[in-house]
Amino acid sequence: MWIYEKKLEFPINIKNPNPRLAKLIITQYGGPDGELAASLRYLSQRFTMPTGETKAILTDIGTEELAHLEMIGTICSQLLKGADCETLKACGYDPAYVDHGCGIYPMNASGVPFTAAYLQSKGDPETDLIENLAAEQKAKTTYEYLLHMTDDPDVIAPLRFLREREVVHFQRFGEALRIVQDLKDRKTYY
Amino acid sequence: MDRDKMLHEIMALDFALIDLNLYLDTHPTCTETIELFNNVAKKRKVMIESFEAMYGPLTAINYTNSEDMWDWVEEPWPWERKYGCKE
Ligand SMILES: [Fe+2]
Repeated sequence: MWIYEKKLEFPINIKNPNPRLAKLIITQYGGPDGELAASLRYLSQRFTMPTGETKAILTDIGTEELAHLEMIGTICSQLLKGADCETLKACGYDPAYVDHGCGIYPMNASGVPFTAAYLQSKGDPETDLIENLAAEQKAKTTYEYLLHMTDDPDVIAPLRFLREREVVHFQRFGEALRIVQDLKDRKTYY
Repeated sequence: MDRDKMLHEIMALDFALIDLNLYLDTHPTCTETIELFNNVAKKRKVMIESFEAMYGPLTAINYTNSEDMWDWVEEPWPWERKYGCKE
């Protein structure tokens, strides 16, 4: 189960509205390498993890990804707040606006809705953990691309934080993979 | 301590705990990290208690201070600009 804590994992306070940037960053909400895909991927895969360590790491990283989903929703919502119709049009946000207003909807940067096809849960721990290494790497690259798109320090700080977390998750999944492979080796020997 | 300063300190402690938790998941016998985790967790517990006594609930389920009003519904919420910097 989960219990909500009334706070973010990292502080976000964006002063300047920028709908164009919101349209790009929303991909980390509902896009292929986004936080929704990440949390669903790990929280689904954990049911077939073989050891206490691997069940724990998928549960805990999956949970942290939910906090990241909240951070991305927060960034996009603050970037949209206070933007008038003229700005929305000038920023190219009008197609998203007619479908969702200033609501936060899980979609990629081109407006394609979220799909579970972005993730896999294969029932094999080694396979799943290797997928997760790639997923963390892709998320990290997406954050780097997003960082190229802005010079607003209020946006850069949380994006950098999120990018760093992908590096840590990559590291932890590598260790989990090691644990699973050692277990497999032990089973073949005896 | 004012609300935002205290909140940011809690957020920093929680972030340390999140990160140590992940590390311990794959290094469960690292006693040095366990000790560090326990110390930060104790500090957090004390901070949370005094924060909630002064500024209201961080979680609805552990909170016992509501009286005439269900404090949980109090604004603002974390995704709002003013949450971390009430003036
Ligand atoms: Fe991640």
